Amino acid sequence: MIESAIDVKDLTRTFGSFTAVDHISFEVHSGEVFGFLGANGAGKTTAMRMLIGLLTPSGGTARVAGHDVYTESEAVKRSIGYMSQRFSLYEDLTPRENIRLYGGIYGLTMPQIRERTGRMLTRLGLARVADEQVRSLPLGWRQKLAFSVALVHEPRIVFLDEPTSGVDPITRRQFWELIYEAASGGTTVLVTTHYMDEAEYCDRICIMVAGRIGAIGAPADLKKQFGVDSIDELFVRLARPETAVPESALPERLS
Amino acid sequence: MTALRGLLRKEIFHILRDRRTLTVLLALPVVQVILFGFAIRTDVNDVRLAIVDPAPDDATIALRNRFASAGVFRTVAVVPRAADLDPLFQTGAAQQAIVFEPGLAADLGRGEPGHMLIITDATEPNTGSLLQAYAQAVVQGYQQELIAAGRPSAGPAPRSAAGPPLAELLEGPPSAGPALRGGPAPRAVAIVPAVRLRFNPTRASSNLFVPGLMAFVLTIISSLMTAISLTREKETGTMEALLVSPLRPWEIIVGKVAPYLVIGFISVVAVLIEARLIFHVPLNGSLPLLLFEGGLYILVSLSLGILVSARTSSQRVAMMGVLLATMLPNVLLSGFIFPVESMPAPLRIVSYIVPGRWFVLIARGIMLKGIGLDYLWRETLILAAMAAALLIVSTRSFKERLD
Amino acid sequence: MSTVVVEALVKRFGRTTTALDGVSFTVAPGELFGFIGPDGAGKTTLFRLLVSLLRPDAGRASVLGLDVVREYRALRQRVGYMAGPFSLYPDLSVEENLRFFASVFGTTIEREHARIAPIYAQLEPFKTRRAAALSGGMKQKLALCCALVHRPEILLLDEPTKGVDAVSRREFWDLLGTLKRSGLTTIVSTPYMDEANRCDRIALIHRGRLLAVDAPGTITRAFDRPLLAVRARERYKALLALRGHEHAHSVYPFGDVIHYTDERADAPADQIGQELRAFLAANGFADASVEPLAPTVEDTFIARTAESESRISNPESRIPNPESQIPNPESRTGSS
Repeated sequence: MIESAIDVKDLTRTFGSFTAVDHISFEVHSGEVFGFLGANGAGKTTAMRMLIGLLTPSGGTARVAGHDVYTESEAVKRSIGYMSQRFSLYEDLTPRENIRLYGGIYGLTMPQIRERTGRMLTRLGLARVADEQVRSLPLGWRQKLAFSVALVHEPRIVFLDEPTSGVDPITRRQFWELIYEAASGGTTVLVTTHYMDEAEYCDRICIMVAGRIGAIGAPADLKKQFGVDSIDELFVRLARPETAVPESALPERLS
Repeated sequence: MTALRGLLRKEIFHILRDRRTLTVLLALPVVQVILFGFAIRTDVNDVRLAIVDPAPDDATIALRNRFASAGVFRTVAVVPRAADLDPLFQTGAAQQAIVFEPGLAADLGRGEPGHMLIITDATEPNTGSLLQAYAQAVVQGYQQELIAAGRPSAGPAPRSAAGPPLAELLEGPPSAGPALRGGPAPRAVAIVPAVRLRFNPTRASSNLFVPGLMAFVLTIISSLMTAISLTREKETGTMEALLVSPLRPWEIIVGKVAPYLVIGFISVVAVLIEARLIFHVPLNGSLPLLLFEGGLYILVSLSLGILVSARTSSQRVAMMGVLLATMLPNVLLSGFIFPVESMPAPLRIVSYIVPGRWFVLIARGIMLKGIGLDYLWRETLILAAMAAALLIVSTRSFKERLD
Repeated sequence: MSTVVVEALVKRFGRTTTALDGVSFTVAPGELFGFIGPDGAGKTTLFRLLVSLLRPDAGRASVLGLDVVREYRALRQRVGYMAGPFSLYPDLSVEENLRFFASVFGTTIEREHARIAPIYAQLEPFKTRRAAALSGGMKQKLALCCALVHRPEILLLDEPTKGVDAVSRREFWDLLGTLKRSGLTTIVSTPYMDEANRCDRIALIHRGRLLAVDAPGTITRAFDRPLLAVRARERYKALLALRGHEHAHSVYPFGDVIHYTDERADAPADQIGQELRAFLAANGFADASVEPLAPTVEDTFIARTAESESRISNPESRIPNPESQIPNPESRTGSS
């Protein structure tokens, strides 16, 4: 853990009178798998968008891969990869065309693109469908391909926005293996997820509650610290201190 | 009944809350009338007229005077030979020419058909045919005067009637640019019942476009809005809930379309009032009949909208479908902008199945000619048959299931 | 008598896609029955068949004793159906949505107040708010309310918790528990494996087939191999090393640990644990800890899908080769 891949201090973003992200500070180390958790509207998407240069912060500082998000957003964009939950792939292009497109966007040379395309397709076992339109591929394959495409220019940091929603458990695990593989190669991974059990795959997690950081640390440490059995439980505890429906308030027969 | 009332109330909420769409729906007819009324006026004024009168006599002078006093024409040149017209047409100095032949008065005096030729620059075909009609109307007016004066067989007659093909009348057509082969359309004067002129004596194009505009607006409101609001429910998933409920398909459809029917009527009335106030477009026939025909046309459009939405699952596709299936044909092939008579034969045949065509005919008949069902029963029957057929097909195609 | 009886149900879309491939099960009165499976498994298709929105290509299904094809009219009066948490009218307020769905069934909120009160009580403070402006959890409750407002005899909820945050999901399952205690038969589907334990019985569904139908506890007990959790600081490297173990059956990451199953189904877990500890230590993972583990529904799901397609057991490839996993890419798209 030589240097920080991401260094955020007092980062804030307001929309009118609403403060979506409220003075958050955290650090992500190089090669770390960092989980970003929170309820819908807790501010995790806003925070991520500021880090990848899609939104200008209202205040605070943030350095991504050593670059300032205010003044060096071009450099930031060049050193990161991004995969959104809606797939960053063009569904009417083939896997090969998608890889070539993104390789071109990030300024790879043709021989580089050719070499990486071949390696990637073999690695993912997609060689057979390399020339079929992406839309005809199963969801799980598309997600793995999208992840690899986000890595095509070998970025220092890759941002994944709910990458595994809806896939079957096996594909999900294969996806996490890809993440581990990337991380073991030195790539920093920042991932948001809805699956609380998935938080435990991360080296460290950060749970956002109403624009602030409710908890941050390694999953095991957090469980110990809060005295809970699972991150799910911790999440419930942080997000809604009192459990909502007193069951006694419900009637005996409803039908 | 509770169910239907609930559906209607819900649909009205949708309409009232989508402010942007509602504004467009209500403003569209109003804006369109103004647009068509002022900006896209097809009336012609100040027509540059050339006259070839090798041997002036009573008849030619009388006709020339009529042209001069018609208020639309401005005589730019009087030349002795038809060949002199070429440069005039080529430079654009003249848009139209009247070519008299020697001895017109004498011919008419003998009770024989007189001959003359009207040449019009048809580079812009619509303007061209309009000019043609204007000129013919002037000649016709003269003819009627003669008849009134007790010379029944008299009047300048078409050359075609006398034998020689029209083309021979020209030494060589003044070319009007390569884009239009045959260029200025030569035509011998005939006693043509220029319907549009006779029933549109003010020659205001607004009189013509208002019925067409009604068709256009109704198509948008009925077809497009129905298709969009039905597919929107498919997108949100609420359609599933409606289908699974005890609601019958007809209830869902009625609940969907009834509010748009009302908006359609409001728009029609708004267009009529506006057209009357700003452009003094007459409504010579019966308003209830017009609204009834409008209702028929709305039914046809609504059914088309339902039909399109039954086959699509996204608003975007539905919009494209409506555009292709209803809007384009109704604008292009209904005679709203381009006269059906001037279409090539295949398109004219296609236009028979375009509901807008019949509605435009009916609406023009009622508004401009003031005629009633005794004349329009055929068109009405066609529209009614279309409405019935489409209504059946569309309710059938609206499935109670998803497959 | 069973509330739902489904026999060898088949549903195809087009020529290549088989969304449901011979599905059979029954649901007893008052049961809370869950379909657990990923996107594209056929859950939505199955629900649509059960509420008569689709017709099967083969097989039979009856709900409340009514055939879903022939007696669909009667069925539709008595079923409560929720197609996801967001199938509401976004431009209508909470109250207007509910009022509308009540009117569709010829009733009113007032008349049904007693039935929906417990859920509606939570929504009432927001009753004039448009549905579009509600949080995911609130939308979900409103959709449930709308499905309940006509006093249905059976509730079919298709992925009611999908895309909703963990807290709201938990609250929603609490509500379903309460409905269950009131005697209402409820069928739910979910892609979240951890929700399986909230059901009386579950069916694991994958690619149009049921992998197992039983109580969650019974299903996990049927897991027939020793399962061990391996913890190591260098997780990924340890994972790769374990795949090289001569008796490894499956090795996959599971949260902060690695789940390991052994091919020797009958060997005691303790003995395997010792072996693994030694193996890892020899491979440079001195910090590794190994302990036997009770399988979860998710472990079972993984094992059953692997069995049904005889995959994942290949120790050579770190990632099982997708080409052998999914014979026909089209077969998974298009459904649900």
